[in-house]
Amino acid sequence: MIEIRNLHAEIDGKKIINGLSLIVKDGEVAAIMGPNGSGKSTLSYVISGRVGYEVTGGEILLNGESILEMNAAERASKGVFLAFQYPLEIPGVTTMTFLKACLNAQRKSRGEAELTTPDFIKRVKTGADKLGVPQEMLRRALNVGFSGGEKKRMEVLQMSLLEPTFAILDETDSGLDIDALRIVSEGVNALRDPKRSFLVITHYQRLLDYIVPDTVHVMSKGQIVKTGGKDLALELEANGYRDYVGEAA
Amino acid sequence: MTQAVKALPTAAEAKLAADFADARKVLPGSGAVHALRTAAFDSFVVAGLPSRRVEAWHYTDLRGALREALPMAAQPPASATSALRVRLEKLVPRIAGLKTWRLVLVDGYFIADLSDAAALPKGVRVMSLADALVCGDAAAVELLAARGLGESDVALALNTAFMQGGVLVDIAQNTTLEQPLEIVSLSSGAVGQAVYARSALRVSKGAQVTLIESEACESMTAEHRNCALVIAVGEGASVEHVFVPAPLASGSTYVASLMTTLAASANFNSFTLALGGGLLRRQAFMRFDGAQGRGQLAGASLLKGKDHADTTLIVQHVAPHCHSREYFKTVLDGDATGVYQGKVSVAPGAQKTDGAMKSHAILLSDGASMNNKPELEIFADDVVCGHGATVAQLDDDQVFYAMARGLPKEDAQAMLLEAFVDEATDRVENEALRAHLTTLIGAWLSARRS
Repeated sequence: MIEIRNLHAEIDGKKIINGLSLIVKDGEVAAIMGPNGSGKSTLSYVISGRVGYEVTGGEILLNGESILEMNAAERASKGVFLAFQYPLEIPGVTTMTFLKACLNAQRKSRGEAELTTPDFIKRVKTGADKLGVPQEMLRRALNVGFSGGEKKRMEVLQMSLLEPTFAILDETDSGLDIDALRIVSEGVNALRDPKRSFLVITHYQRLLDYIVPDTVHVMSKGQIVKTGGKDLALELEANGYRDYVGEAA
Repeated sequence: MTQAVKALPTAAEAKLAADFADARKVLPGSGAVHALRTAAFDSFVVAGLPSRRVEAWHYTDLRGALREALPMAAQPPASATSALRVRLEKLVPRIAGLKTWRLVLVDGYFIADLSDAAALPKGVRVMSLADALVCGDAAAVELLAARGLGESDVALALNTAFMQGGVLVDIAQNTTLEQPLEIVSLSSGAVGQAVYARSALRVSKGAQVTLIESEACESMTAEHRNCALVIAVGEGASVEHVFVPAPLASGSTYVASLMTTLAASANFNSFTLALGGGLLRRQAFMRFDGAQGRGQLAGASLLKGKDHADTTLIVQHVAPHCHSREYFKTVLDGDATGVYQGKVSVAPGAQKTDGAMKSHAILLSDGASMNNKPELEIFADDVVCGHGATVAQLDDDQVFYAMARGLPKEDAQAMLLEAFVDEATDRVENEALRAHLTTLIGAWLSARRS
């Protein structure tokens, strides 16, 4: 479970998050929608611990523990996962090497034994097959020359291997065609679990047809201005954000 | 009438002059060798030690760094070298997964007893520099002289004047060596000394050789090394060369010159891994004498603290239809300084030259600096030549991406740096050698982490 209390954050002295509060319970899929510039991506970076985003007030608790003093790697090992809107290309590092280094770094920080190579390969292959990721892609440098759809599939593959307790999907639908959207969504849905919670950030309601949320929050000017069920997304699709964006102080 | 203004000789310059006056009587060689030494020394007397005023040395002030001239290393006594036999394997460990024939130099002197000279296959002839100079074989002297390569360089001239040790290797026509030759240079380093070694490898027509230069210092005492290697690649012959200079004690200076000529259809692939320590000037002179030659000079420098590493290359395309590549990666931390100077010159007749030169550097700290100076000098009109040089920092976005997957910051940086440097080491063809270099790079990166 993640609990955000009265969060304030800024970048380069510019306030982006203005007293945001939000709870995502275990097993819950929460969606955040909102117009451009409302602070959705900033929220994802603040939660995952990106340097340069300064928290000036409030608290973020992951399963009751404050994560604000942790760096991004420590947060990841505690179970935070961010699926990037624009996954980075890492030239010279094969996907396999990257996945293994990350998985073992997390295991090490939790005091677990590192996976043996055969165990690791088996896990990756199983996960890759489910997402239709060809073996050949795993031998290529991570995300280098991957299409938009391949990159997003790779994000979901990483998520399935790292088994986070709290995953943020930052505009995972951007740049995907309908088939890719379906595959990626199925991958996410397969990871839904009573012990895992999701925060799905999106502009459009369409993604939520595939990944059906339990709750929908509307974000504007760095705050949550409206919370509802999945029907709220349909209402937003029909009427736009204008009914809500004025509500933030 | 104008008169050139000449600075007063420094203490080091005065001492070098006195040393040469004494040493010229005992340094090996007479006749042509003597003339070679004297001409070289005279050019030093005129120019003095290279300083920032000399364009080719603008970023590496050897004159300033050489505050004193250390005494020339003496030939180590037999008792000392036989005692080394046991320690040698530990001081310079064997490369994993790679059997080599070792040729051992101690303080620059070739020590046959420590070498695998007896095990060398047919078609390989080995001789100490002193023997080659004393017997005065004209071909050997010409090979060592490497005329037209780095001739205006005063540091190299000092090596020519003082060359005291080294090894000459001759590979007969169409000989393919099953395992690499490894020139192992060990510094006994008990007291500060100057080492002037010159070695040469002549690879005759159609032969194939891998040559490794491995080095170690027994104790970390500041020393002055000024060493040179000549490689003459014969027609259709192929040489892969890997050089890993030993990190020297701070206060040391190391000028390592490489002079290569390529005959027609020759193939030469050289890689240098510099891991810092003192001041290093790696200078390579490469000339294409015959058509269809392919030559590559590549390398990586990993520097920290007050390390200074200078890579200076001069590539001369004299013959047409040749292909040259220069590819260097530099990682700088602390207050380290990196230098890359590369000059590719294409003579009027060298049509269809294909040349490409790249130098990329990553700065990890505010105190580190990199100086890139690529140059092209083209006198032919039908060529493809290009160069690129960059200086950058690690990409924060990439570091964050890896951290968001659980990699600690230092590990994320090390992974990205390794990938950055790998693009250079990938150019080494011998797989075991490539793995060896990767291990050395990994050790440097993990030392940085701790």
